[in-house]
Amino acid sequence: MSADITKLRGSVAIVGAAESDELGRLPHKSSLQLHMEATHNALADAGLKKSDIDAVFTSGRNMANDVPEYLGIRPRFIGGTQVGGCSFILHVEHAMAAINAGLCEVALITHGESGYSRIAMPAPRWGDDSTNNQFELPYGTSGPATGYGFLATRHMHTYGTTSEQLAEVAVATRKWAALNPKAFARDPLTIDDVLNSRMICWPFHLLDCCLVTDAGGAVIVTSAERARDLKTKPVYVLGTGECATHMMVSQMPSFVSWDAARISGERAFRMSGVKQADIDVAEFYDAFTIVPMLALEELGFCKPGESGAFVSGQRTAPGGDFPMNTNGGGLSYTHTGMYGIFTIIEAVRQLRVECGPRQVANAKTAICHGTGGTWSAAATMIVSTER
Amino acid sequence: MADTYTGPVPKPTPETQPFWDATKQHTLKIQRCGDCARHYFYPRPLCPHCLSRNVAWVAVSGRGKLHSFVINHRAPRGFPATGPFVIGIVELDEGVKMMSNIVGVEPDPMLLRCDMPVEVVFEDITDEITLPKFKPVTPSFKPVTR
Repeated sequence: MSADITKLRGSVAIVGAAESDELGRLPHKSSLQLHMEATHNALADAGLKKSDIDAVFTSGRNMANDVPEYLGIRPRFIGGTQVGGCSFILHVEHAMAAINAGLCEVALITHGESGYSRIAMPAPRWGDDSTNNQFELPYGTSGPATGYGFLATRHMHTYGTTSEQLAEVAVATRKWAALNPKAFARDPLTIDDVLNSRMICWPFHLLDCCLVTDAGGAVIVTSAERARDLKTKPVYVLGTGECATHMMVSQMPSFVSWDAARISGERAFRMSGVKQADIDVAEFYDAFTIVPMLALEELGFCKPGESGAFVSGQRTAPGGDFPMNTNGGGLSYTHTGMYGIFTIIEAVRQLRVECGPRQVANAKTAICHGTGGTWSAAATMIVSTER
Repeated sequence: MADTYTGPVPKPTPETQPFWDATKQHTLKIQRCGDCARHYFYPRPLCPHCLSRNVAWVAVSGRGKLHSFVINHRAPRGFPATGPFVIGIVELDEGVKMMSNIVGVEPDPMLLRCDMPVEVVFEDITDEITLPKFKPVTPSFKPVTR
Protein backbone atom coordinates (compact mmCIF):
# COMPACT_ATOMS: atom_id res chain seq x y z
CA MET A 1 0.00 0.00 0.00
CA SER A 2 1.57 3.24 -1.08
CA ALA A 3 -0.87 5.79 0.34
CA ASP A 4 0.39 7.50 3.46
CA ILE A 5 -2.46 6.75 5.80
CA THR A 6 -0.63 8.16 8.79
CA LYS A 7 -1.40 11.70 7.68
CA LEU A 8 -5.06 11.05 8.60
CA ARG A 9 -4.09 10.41 12.21
CA GLY A 10 -5.93 12.76 14.52
CA SER A 11 -7.43 14.74 11.66
CA VAL A 12 -11.00 14.32 12.92
CA ALA A 13 -12.63 14.03 16.30
CA ILE A 14 -15.82 12.62 17.72
CA VAL A 15 -17.61 15.52 19.38
CA GLY A 16 -21.01 14.05 20.15
CA ALA A 17 -22.20 10.59 21.17
CA ALA A 18 -25.50 9.41 22.54
CA GLU A 19 -28.07 6.67 22.63
CA SER A 20 -31.80 6.97 22.09
CA ASP A 21 -33.88 8.16 25.06
CA GLU A 22 -34.63 4.56 25.99
CA LEU A 23 -32.97 1.24 25.25
CA GLY A 24 -34.47 -2.19 25.59
CA ARG A 25 -37.77 -3.49 24.33
CA LEU A 26 -39.68 -0.52 22.99
CA PRO A 27 -42.86 -1.50 21.14
CA HIS A 28 -43.98 2.13 21.30
CA LYS A 29 -41.15 3.41 19.09
CA SER A 30 -40.33 2.96 15.42
CA SER A 31 -36.84 2.34 14.12
CA LEU A 32 -36.70 5.84 12.66
CA GLN A 33 -37.80 7.36 15.96
CA LEU A 34 -34.83 5.63 17.56
CA HIS A 35 -32.58 7.27 14.94
CA MET A 36 -34.20 10.62 15.70
CA GLU A 37 -33.76 10.37 19.46
CA ALA A 38 -30.12 9.34 19.18
CA THR A 39 -29.35 12.11 16.69
CA HIS A 40 -31.13 14.69 18.80
CA ASN A 41 -29.21 13.61 21.88
CA ALA A 42 -25.85 13.47 20.09
CA LEU A 43 -26.33 16.99 18.71
CA ALA A 44 -27.20 18.26 22.18
CA ASP A 45 -24.12 16.49 23.52
CA ALA A 46 -21.94 18.21 20.91
CA GLY A 47 -23.64 21.58 21.30
CA LEU A 48 -24.43 21.61 17.59
CA LYS A 49 -27.60 22.31 15.66
CA LYS A 50 -29.24 20.16 13.03
CA SER A 51 -28.29 22.77 10.45
CA ASP A 52 -24.61 22.14 11.21
CA ILE A 53 -24.87 18.60 9.82
CA ASP A 54 -23.78 18.39 6.20
CA ALA A 55 -23.16 14.65 5.95
CA VAL A 56 -25.21 11.65 7.02
CA PHE A 57 -23.86 8.13 7.34
CA THR A 58 -26.10 5.25 8.24
CA SER A 59 -26.70 1.62 7.42
CA GLY A 60 -29.60 -0.57 6.45
CA ARG A 61 -31.78 -0.79 3.41
CA ASN A 62 -32.70 2.70 2.14
CA MET A 63 -31.85 4.19 5.52
CA ALA A 64 -29.59 6.77 3.87
CA ASN A 65 -32.78 8.09 2.25
CA ASP A 66 -35.13 7.49 5.14
CA VAL A 67 -33.10 9.18 7.86
CA PRO A 68 -32.58 12.54 6.12
CA GLU A 69 -36.28 12.66 5.23
CA TYR A 70 -37.42 11.83 8.77
CA LEU A 71 -35.00 14.31 10.33
CA GLY A 72 -35.45 17.00 7.70
CA ILE A 73 -31.78 17.07 6.80
CA ARG A 74 -30.38 17.66 3.30
CA PRO A 75 -26.93 16.09 3.47
CA ARG A 76 -24.49 16.97 0.73
CA PHE A 77 -22.47 13.89 1.49
CA ILE A 78 -24.21 10.55 1.99
CA GLY A 79 -22.76 7.31 3.25
CA GLY A 80 -24.89 4.20 3.24
CA THR A 81 -22.31 1.45 3.34
CA GLN A 82 -24.02 -1.60 4.76
CA VAL A 83 -21.74 -4.43 5.79
CA GLY A 84 -23.68 -5.35 8.91
CA GLY A 85 -23.17 -4.37 12.51
CA CYS A 86 -19.70 -2.86 12.21
CA SER A 87 -20.86 -0.46 9.49
CA PHE A 88 -20.93 2.50 11.86
CA ILE A 89 -17.30 2.04 12.92
CA LEU A 90 -16.38 1.91 9.26
CA HIS A 91 -18.48 5.04 8.63
CA VAL A 92 -16.08 6.97 10.87
CA GLU A 93 -13.30 6.15 8.41
CA HIS A 94 -15.49 7.21 5.49
CA ALA A 95 -16.48 10.42 7.27
CA MET A 96 -12.82 11.11 7.98
CA ALA A 97 -12.01 10.68 4.30
CA ALA A 98 -14.84 13.00 3.23
CA ILE A 99 -13.95 15.65 5.82
CA ASN A 100 -10.29 15.55 4.81
CA ALA A 101 -11.30 15.88 1.16
CA GLY A 102 -13.28 18.99 2.00
CA LEU A 103 -16.58 17.45 0.95
CA CYS A 104 -18.24 17.93 4.34
CA GLU A 105 -17.45 19.25 7.78
CA VAL A 106 -19.90 17.83 10.32
CA ALA A 107 -20.89 14.20 9.82
CA LEU A 108 -23.75 12.47 11.58
CA ILE A 109 -23.39 8.70 11.92
CA THR A 110 -26.68 7.28 13.10
CA HIS A 111 -28.28 3.98 13.90
CA GLY A 112 -31.77 3.06 14.99
CA GLU A 113 -33.19 -0.43 14.97
CA SER A 114 -36.31 -1.96 16.38
CA GLY A 115 -34.47 -5.24 16.54
CA TYR A 116 -36.82 -6.90 19.01
CA SER A 117 -40.18 -5.17 18.51
CA ARG A 118 -39.75 -4.85 14.72
CA ILE A 119 -41.66 -1.57 14.58
CA ALA A 120 -41.41 0.00 11.12
CA MET A 121 -38.44 -2.15 10.17
CA PRO A 122 -37.57 -2.88 6.56
CA ALA A 123 -38.00 -6.57 5.76
CA PRO A 124 -34.94 -7.75 3.88
CA ARG A 125 -35.30 -11.16 2.33
CA TRP A 126 -33.00 -13.18 0.18
CA GLY A 127 -34.43 -13.91 -3.23
CA ASP A 128 -35.20 -17.56 -3.91
CA ASP A 129 -32.41 -17.55 -6.47
CA SER A 130 -29.83 -15.77 -4.30
CA THR A 131 -26.61 -17.59 -3.54
CA ASN A 132 -27.67 -17.78 0.12
CA ASN A 133 -30.96 -19.40 -0.73
CA GLN A 134 -29.26 -21.89 -3.02
CA PHE A 135 -26.26 -22.87 -0.95
CA GLU A 136 -26.91 -22.12 2.73
CA LEU A 137 -30.54 -21.59 3.73
CA PRO A 138 -31.66 -25.08 2.62
CA TYR A 139 -29.43 -26.52 5.35
CA GLY A 140 -31.38 -24.86 8.13
CA THR A 141 -29.25 -21.87 8.98
CA SER A 142 -31.13 -19.58 11.29
CA GLY A 143 -29.22 -16.33 11.27
CA PRO A 144 -26.03 -15.45 13.08
CA ALA A 145 -26.33 -18.10 15.81
CA THR A 146 -25.64 -20.81 13.27
CA GLY A 147 -22.99 -19.03 11.19
CA TYR A 148 -20.83 -17.71 14.02
CA GLY A 149 -20.51 -21.15 15.54
CA PHE A 150 -18.40 -22.67 12.78
CA LEU A 151 -15.37 -20.68 13.82
CA ALA A 152 -15.98 -21.45 17.49
CA THR A 153 -16.10 -25.19 16.79
CA ARG A 154 -12.92 -25.12 14.72
CA HIS A 155 -11.18 -22.97 17.32
CA MET A 156 -12.10 -25.47 20.03
CA HIS A 157 -10.83 -28.32 17.85
CA THR A 158 -7.57 -26.61 16.93
CA TYR A 159 -6.62 -24.88 20.17
CA GLY A 160 -8.56 -26.70 22.86
CA THR A 161 -10.67 -23.66 23.63
CA THR A 162 -13.45 -24.64 26.02
CA SER A 163 -17.08 -23.75 26.64
CA GLU A 164 -15.99 -22.52 30.09
CA GLN A 165 -13.63 -20.04 28.48
CA LEU A 166 -16.41 -18.76 26.23
CA ALA A 167 -18.59 -18.41 29.31
CA GLU A 168 -15.92 -16.28 31.01
CA VAL A 169 -16.66 -13.57 28.47
CA ALA A 170 -20.40 -13.58 29.19
CA VAL A 171 -19.82 -13.48 32.95
CA ALA A 172 -17.26 -10.66 32.81
CA THR A 173 -19.46 -8.63 30.50
CA ARG A 174 -22.43 -9.03 32.82
CA LYS A 175 -20.34 -7.63 35.68
CA TRP A 176 -19.85 -4.45 33.64
CA ALA A 177 -23.56 -4.35 32.84
CA ALA A 178 -24.34 -4.44 36.55
CA LEU A 179 -22.53 -1.09 36.76
CA ASN A 180 -24.45 0.45 33.85
CA PRO A 181 -28.01 1.58 34.69
CA LYS A 182 -28.89 1.52 30.98
CA ALA A 183 -27.96 -2.15 30.56
CA PHE A 184 -30.81 -4.53 29.78
CA ALA A 185 -29.54 -7.58 31.71
CA ARG A 186 -27.90 -6.78 35.04
CA ASP A 187 -28.48 -9.81 37.25
CA PRO A 188 -25.33 -11.61 38.41
CA LEU A 189 -24.23 -14.48 36.22
CA THR A 190 -21.93 -17.44 36.82
CA ILE A 191 -20.07 -19.68 34.43
CA ASP A 192 -22.40 -22.52 35.41
CA ASP A 193 -25.39 -20.32 34.58
CA VAL A 194 -24.01 -19.92 31.06
CA LEU A 195 -23.19 -23.61 30.65
CA ASN A 196 -26.59 -24.63 32.01
CA SER A 197 -28.57 -22.24 29.85
CA ARG A 198 -30.43 -23.93 27.03
CA MET A 199 -28.56 -24.87 23.90
CA ILE A 200 -29.31 -22.56 20.98
CA CYS A 201 -26.81 -23.83 18.48
CA TRP A 202 -23.95 -25.93 19.77
CA PRO A 203 -21.41 -24.74 20.83
CA PHE A 204 -23.49 -21.69 21.82
CA HIS A 205 -25.75 -21.75 24.86
CA LEU A 206 -28.39 -19.05 25.21
CA LEU A 207 -26.08 -16.95 27.37
CA ASP A 208 -23.28 -17.15 24.81
CA CYS A 209 -25.60 -15.17 22.52
CA CYS A 210 -26.25 -11.45 22.50
CA LEU A 211 -29.47 -9.78 23.48
CA VAL A 212 -32.16 -8.77 21.02
CA THR A 213 -33.24 -5.21 21.81
CA ASP A 214 -34.50 -1.95 20.34
CA ALA A 215 -32.25 1.11 20.50
CA GLY A 216 -30.66 3.95 18.64
CA GLY A 217 -27.21 5.46 18.76
CA ALA A 218 -25.51 8.37 17.04
CA VAL A 219 -22.11 10.02 16.93
CA ILE A 220 -20.97 13.30 15.40
CA VAL A 221 -17.60 13.56 13.69
CA THR A 222 -15.93 16.78 12.60
CA SER A 223 -12.47 18.11 11.80
CA ALA A 224 -10.00 18.43 14.65
CA GLU A 225 -9.95 22.17 13.98
CA ARG A 226 -13.72 22.58 14.27
CA ALA A 227 -13.73 20.32 17.33
CA ARG A 228 -11.57 22.79 19.23
CA ASP A 229 -14.40 25.34 19.17
CA LEU A 230 -17.01 22.98 20.62
CA LYS A 231 -17.99 22.48 24.22
CA THR A 232 -17.04 18.83 24.54
CA LYS A 233 -13.62 17.33 25.06
CA PRO A 234 -12.67 16.07 21.59
CA VAL A 235 -12.06 12.37 21.19
CA TYR A 236 -9.55 12.18 18.36
CA VAL A 237 -9.64 9.42 15.79
CA LEU A 238 -6.07 8.17 15.59
CA GLY A 239 -6.50 5.16 13.39
CA THR A 240 -9.11 3.27 11.39
CA GLY A 241 -9.27 0.15 9.30
CA GLU A 242 -11.82 -1.96 7.50
CA CYS A 243 -11.99 -5.16 5.48
CA ALA A 244 -14.53 -7.60 4.08
CA THR A 245 -13.84 -11.12 2.89
CA HIS A 246 -17.08 -12.96 2.16
CA MET A 247 -20.85 -12.91 2.35
CA MET A 248 -21.89 -16.53 2.87
CA VAL A 249 -20.15 -17.94 5.91
CA SER A 250 -19.35 -21.11 3.99
CA GLN A 251 -17.01 -18.97 1.90
CA MET A 252 -15.05 -17.65 4.87
CA PRO A 253 -11.36 -17.89 3.96
CA SER A 254 -10.44 -19.58 7.26
CA PHE A 255 -12.45 -21.05 10.09
CA VAL A 256 -9.72 -20.71 12.68
CA SER A 257 -8.68 -17.14 12.03
CA TRP A 258 -10.63 -13.99 11.22
CA ASP A 259 -8.81 -12.41 8.32
CA ALA A 260 -11.02 -9.32 8.02
CA ALA A 261 -10.36 -8.40 11.64
CA ARG A 262 -6.62 -8.86 11.33
CA ILE A 263 -6.42 -6.72 8.19
CA SER A 264 -8.62 -3.94 9.59
CA GLY A 265 -6.71 -3.96 12.85
CA GLU A 266 -3.28 -3.82 11.26
CA ARG A 267 -4.24 -0.69 9.36
CA ALA A 268 -5.81 1.00 12.37
CA PHE A 269 -2.70 0.39 14.47
CA ARG A 270 -0.40 1.49 11.64
CA MET A 271 -2.32 4.71 11.06
CA SER A 272 -2.48 5.48 14.77
CA GLY A 273 1.09 4.72 15.75
CA VAL A 274 -0.42 3.27 18.92
CA LYS A 275 0.71 -0.06 20.33
CA GLN A 276 -1.50 -2.69 21.91
CA ALA A 277 0.04 -1.93 25.30
CA ASP A 278 -1.14 1.68 24.98
CA ILE A 279 -4.83 0.69 24.85
CA ASP A 280 -6.66 1.43 28.10
CA VAL A 281 -10.19 0.29 27.16
CA ALA A 282 -11.46 -2.16 24.54
CA GLU A 283 -14.97 -2.07 23.13
CA PHE A 284 -15.37 -5.19 21.02
CA TYR A 285 -18.53 -6.31 19.25
CA ASP A 286 -19.82 -9.33 21.12
CA ALA A 287 -22.63 -10.86 19.12
CA PHE A 288 -21.47 -14.18 20.60
CA THR A 289 -18.85 -14.91 23.23
CA ILE A 290 -16.35 -16.16 20.65
CA VAL A 291 -16.39 -12.88 18.68
CA PRO A 292 -14.45 -10.62 21.08
CA MET A 293 -12.10 -13.54 21.73
CA LEU A 294 -11.14 -13.63 18.07
CA ALA A 295 -10.79 -9.85 18.12
CA LEU A 296 -8.26 -10.20 20.94
CA GLU A 297 -6.23 -12.58 18.77
CA GLU A 298 -6.49 -10.79 15.46
CA LEU A 299 -5.84 -7.34 16.89
CA GLY A 300 -2.66 -8.57 18.52
CA PHE A 301 -3.60 -8.56 22.19
CA CYS A 302 -2.71 -12.23 22.35
CA LYS A 303 -1.44 -14.86 19.96
CA PRO A 304 -3.67 -17.00 17.71
CA GLY A 305 -5.38 -19.64 19.82
CA GLU A 306 -4.61 -17.95 23.12
CA SER A 307 -7.81 -15.98 23.64
CA GLY A 308 -9.31 -18.72 25.83
CA ALA A 309 -6.45 -18.40 28.28
CA PHE A 310 -6.51 -14.61 27.93
CA VAL A 311 -10.11 -14.23 29.07
CA SER A 312 -9.82 -16.80 31.87
CA GLY A 313 -9.93 -15.69 35.48
CA GLN A 314 -12.27 -12.79 34.67
CA ARG A 315 -9.42 -10.77 33.23
CA THR A 316 -11.81 -8.61 31.16
CA ALA A 317 -14.20 -7.93 34.08
CA PRO A 318 -14.25 -4.86 36.34
CA GLY A 319 -11.02 -4.98 38.31
CA GLY A 320 -9.30 -7.14 35.70
CA ASP A 321 -6.27 -5.83 33.85
CA PHE A 322 -8.01 -5.71 30.45
CA PRO A 323 -11.27 -3.71 30.67
CA MET A 324 -13.41 -4.94 27.79
CA ASN A 325 -16.98 -4.05 26.86
CA THR A 326 -17.40 -1.74 29.80
CA ASN A 327 -21.02 -0.85 28.96
CA GLY A 328 -22.07 -4.50 29.29
CA GLY A 329 -21.71 -5.19 25.59
CA GLY A 330 -24.14 -6.74 23.21
CA LEU A 331 -24.34 -9.67 25.58
CA SER A 332 -25.91 -7.69 28.43
CA TYR A 333 -26.38 -3.99 27.64
CA THR A 334 -28.09 -3.76 24.26
CA HIS A 335 -27.96 -5.41 20.85
CA THR A 336 -30.29 -4.17 18.18
CA GLY A 337 -28.89 -6.35 15.41
CA MET A 338 -26.21 -3.84 14.42
CA TYR A 339 -24.30 -3.10 17.61
CA GLY A 340 -21.26 -1.24 16.24
CA ILE A 341 -22.34 2.31 17.07
CA PHE A 342 -22.51 1.44 20.75
CA THR A 343 -18.82 0.53 20.87
CA ILE A 344 -18.07 4.10 19.78
CA ILE A 345 -20.45 5.72 22.26
CA GLU A 346 -18.95 3.80 25.18
CA ALA A 347 -15.36 4.52 24.12
CA VAL A 348 -16.16 8.25 23.94
CA ARG A 349 -17.76 8.19 27.38
CA GLN A 350 -14.84 6.33 28.91
CA LEU A 351 -12.33 8.79 27.48
CA ARG A 352 -14.42 11.72 28.67
CA VAL A 353 -14.60 10.18 32.16
CA GLU A 354 -18.41 10.05 32.17
CA CYS A 355 -18.90 6.45 33.24
CA GLY A 356 -19.46 6.68 36.98
CA PRO A 357 -19.02 3.37 38.77
CA ARG A 358 -17.81 1.62 35.63
CA GLN A 359 -15.23 4.27 34.77
CA VAL A 360 -11.83 2.84 33.89
CA ALA A 361 -9.20 4.85 35.72
CA ASN A 362 -6.87 6.97 33.57
CA ALA A 363 -8.48 5.89 30.31
CA LYS A 364 -6.83 7.89 27.54
CA THR A 365 -6.86 5.57 24.55
CA ALA A 366 -9.57 3.14 23.47
CA ILE A 367 -10.11 0.67 20.68
CA CYS A 368 -13.45 -0.07 19.01
CA HIS A 369 -13.86 -3.11 16.84
CA GLY A 370 -16.75 -4.83 15.19
CA THR A 371 -17.98 -7.59 12.96
CA GLY A 372 -20.51 -7.39 10.19
CA GLY A 373 -22.42 -10.11 8.41
CA THR A 374 -21.16 -13.45 9.69
CA TRP A 375 -17.49 -12.73 10.29
CA SER A 376 -17.81 -11.13 6.84
CA ALA A 377 -16.58 -7.63 7.48
CA ALA A 378 -14.61 -6.00 10.24
CA ALA A 379 -13.83 -2.45 11.25
CA THR A 380 -11.37 -1.12 13.80
CA MET A 381 -10.92 2.34 15.28
CA ILE A 382 -8.45 3.70 17.80
CA VAL A 383 -9.44 6.89 19.59
CA SER A 384 -7.74 9.04 22.18
CA THR A 385 -8.09 12.25 24.10
CA GLU A 386 -4.62 13.15 22.86
CA ARG A 387 -3.75 13.82 19.24
CA MET B 1 -40.37 -35.67 -0.44
CA ALA B 2 -41.59 -33.47 -3.24
CA ASP B 3 -44.98 -31.92 -2.54
CA THR B 4 -44.63 -32.11 1.24
CA TYR B 5 -41.24 -30.43 1.60
CA THR B 6 -41.55 -27.20 3.62
CA GLY B 7 -37.98 -25.87 3.75
CA PRO B 8 -36.27 -23.33 1.49
CA VAL B 9 -35.93 -24.63 -2.05
CA PRO B 10 -33.02 -23.37 -4.14
CA LYS B 11 -34.00 -21.66 -7.35
CA PRO B 12 -31.17 -22.11 -9.84
CA THR B 13 -29.76 -19.28 -11.90
CA PRO B 14 -28.13 -19.77 -15.31
CA GLU B 15 -24.65 -20.08 -13.81
CA THR B 16 -25.73 -22.57 -11.13
CA GLN B 17 -28.11 -24.68 -13.23
CA PRO B 18 -25.48 -27.30 -14.15
CA PHE B 19 -24.79 -27.91 -10.46
CA TRP B 20 -28.46 -28.59 -9.74
CA ASP B 21 -28.87 -30.64 -12.95
CA ALA B 22 -26.04 -32.85 -11.68
CA THR B 23 -27.37 -33.28 -8.15
CA LYS B 24 -30.71 -34.27 -9.63
CA GLN B 25 -28.79 -37.11 -11.29
CA HIS B 26 -27.14 -37.83 -7.90
CA THR B 27 -23.79 -36.61 -9.11
CA LEU B 28 -21.71 -33.86 -7.55
CA LYS B 29 -20.18 -31.45 -10.05
CA ILE B 30 -18.08 -28.42 -9.28
CA GLN B 31 -15.98 -26.11 -11.40
CA ARG B 32 -12.27 -26.15 -12.12
CA CYS B 33 -10.14 -23.43 -13.63
CA GLY B 34 -8.36 -24.33 -16.84
CA ASP B 35 -5.63 -21.79 -16.18
CA CYS B 36 -4.68 -22.07 -12.50
CA ALA B 37 -6.02 -25.64 -12.22
CA ARG B 38 -7.83 -24.97 -8.96
CA HIS B 39 -11.34 -26.09 -8.15
CA TYR B 40 -13.86 -23.69 -6.68
CA PHE B 41 -17.35 -23.49 -5.27
CA TYR B 42 -20.03 -21.98 -5.50
CA PRO B 43 -20.74 -21.99 -9.24
CA ARG B 44 -19.84 -18.88 -11.22
CA PRO B 45 -18.40 -18.32 -14.67
CA LEU B 46 -15.02 -17.06 -13.53
CA CYS B 47 -12.31 -18.44 -11.31
CA PRO B 48 -12.33 -16.60 -7.96
CA HIS B 49 -8.63 -17.41 -7.56
CA CYS B 50 -7.23 -15.97 -10.81
CA LEU B 51 -10.30 -14.42 -12.49
CA SER B 52 -9.87 -16.60 -15.55
CA ARG B 53 -13.04 -17.34 -17.50
CA ASN B 54 -11.53 -20.56 -18.83
CA VAL B 55 -13.48 -22.76 -16.44
CA ALA B 56 -15.13 -26.15 -16.76
CA TRP B 57 -17.50 -28.41 -14.86
CA VAL B 58 -16.07 -31.61 -13.47
CA ALA B 59 -17.67 -34.49 -11.61
CA VAL B 60 -16.05 -35.20 -8.24
CA SER B 61 -16.20 -38.14 -5.86
CA GLY B 62 -18.02 -36.25 -3.12
CA ARG B 63 -15.52 -37.35 -0.52
CA GLY B 64 -14.05 -34.92 1.92
CA LYS B 65 -13.69 -33.92 5.54
CA LEU B 66 -15.95 -32.20 8.02
CA HIS B 67 -14.06 -28.93 8.45
CA SER B 68 -16.38 -27.53 11.08
CA PHE B 69 -19.94 -27.87 12.31
CA VAL B 70 -22.67 -26.59 14.57
CA ILE B 71 -25.72 -28.34 15.98
CA ASN B 72 -28.76 -26.14 15.52
CA HIS B 73 -31.42 -26.58 18.20
CA ARG B 74 -33.74 -23.95 16.78
CA ALA B 75 -34.80 -24.78 13.26
CA PRO B 76 -35.91 -21.79 11.20
CA ARG B 77 -39.61 -21.50 10.52
CA GLY B 78 -40.74 -24.03 7.96
CA PHE B 79 -37.56 -26.06 8.07
CA PRO B 80 -38.41 -29.76 8.20
CA ALA B 81 -36.44 -30.70 11.32
CA THR B 82 -38.08 -32.13 14.41
CA GLY B 83 -35.04 -31.86 16.66
CA PRO B 84 -31.44 -30.68 16.71
CA PHE B 85 -29.63 -31.15 13.43
CA VAL B 86 -26.07 -30.75 12.20
CA ILE B 87 -24.94 -28.05 9.79
CA GLY B 88 -21.43 -28.65 8.55
CA ILE B 89 -18.75 -26.97 6.52
CA VAL B 90 -17.48 -29.75 4.32
CA GLU B 91 -14.08 -29.54 2.66
CA LEU B 92 -14.08 -31.71 -0.44
CA ASP B 93 -10.93 -33.57 -1.45
CA GLU B 94 -10.60 -30.99 -4.23
CA GLY B 95 -10.11 -28.28 -1.60
CA VAL B 96 -13.41 -26.42 -1.89
CA LYS B 97 -15.67 -25.79 1.08
CA MET B 98 -19.43 -25.97 1.04
CA MET B 99 -22.18 -25.88 3.59
CA SER B 100 -24.39 -28.93 4.04
CA ASN B 101 -26.15 -31.06 6.59
CA ILE B 102 -24.37 -33.98 8.18
CA VAL B 103 -26.73 -36.94 8.22
CA GLY B 104 -26.47 -40.55 9.33
CA VAL B 105 -25.11 -39.59 12.73
CA GLU B 106 -26.83 -38.41 15.90
CA PRO B 107 -26.63 -34.64 16.44
CA ASP B 108 -24.28 -35.11 19.37
CA PRO B 109 -21.02 -33.18 19.71
CA MET B 110 -19.42 -36.33 21.12
CA LEU B 111 -20.04 -38.16 17.85
CA LEU B 112 -18.75 -35.49 15.52
CA ARG B 113 -15.25 -34.20 15.08
CA CYS B 114 -13.57 -31.66 12.85
CA ASP B 115 -11.71 -33.36 9.99
CA MET B 116 -13.70 -36.61 10.21
CA PRO B 117 -14.11 -38.14 6.74
CA VAL B 118 -17.49 -37.66 5.09
CA GLU B 119 -19.05 -38.51 1.75
CA VAL B 120 -21.91 -37.13 -0.24
CA VAL B 121 -25.44 -38.49 -0.24
CA PHE B 122 -28.35 -37.01 -2.12
CA GLU B 123 -31.74 -35.94 -0.84
CA ASP B 124 -34.48 -35.28 -3.36
CA ILE B 125 -36.49 -32.49 -1.77
CA THR B 126 -38.72 -31.69 -4.77
CA ASP B 127 -39.15 -33.12 -8.24
CA GLU B 128 -36.65 -30.56 -9.49
CA ILE B 129 -34.18 -30.05 -6.67
CA THR B 130 -31.86 -32.50 -4.96
CA LEU B 131 -29.66 -31.33 -2.10
CA PRO B 132 -26.20 -32.77 -1.59
CA LYS B 133 -25.76 -33.81 2.03
CA PHE B 134 -22.93 -35.66 3.72
CA LYS B 135 -22.57 -38.62 6.05
CA PRO B 136 -19.62 -39.89 8.03
CA VAL B 137 -17.63 -42.46 6.08
CA THR B 138 -17.16 -44.53 9.24
CA PRO B 139 -20.44 -44.89 11.09
CA SER B 140 -18.72 -46.22 14.21
CA PHE B 141 -16.58 -43.10 14.53
CA LYS B 142 -14.64 -43.07 17.78
CA PRO B 143 -16.24 -40.58 20.15
CA VAL B 144 -14.17 -37.82 21.66
CA THR B 145 -14.38 -36.31 25.12
CA ARG B 146 -15.19 -32.65 25.39
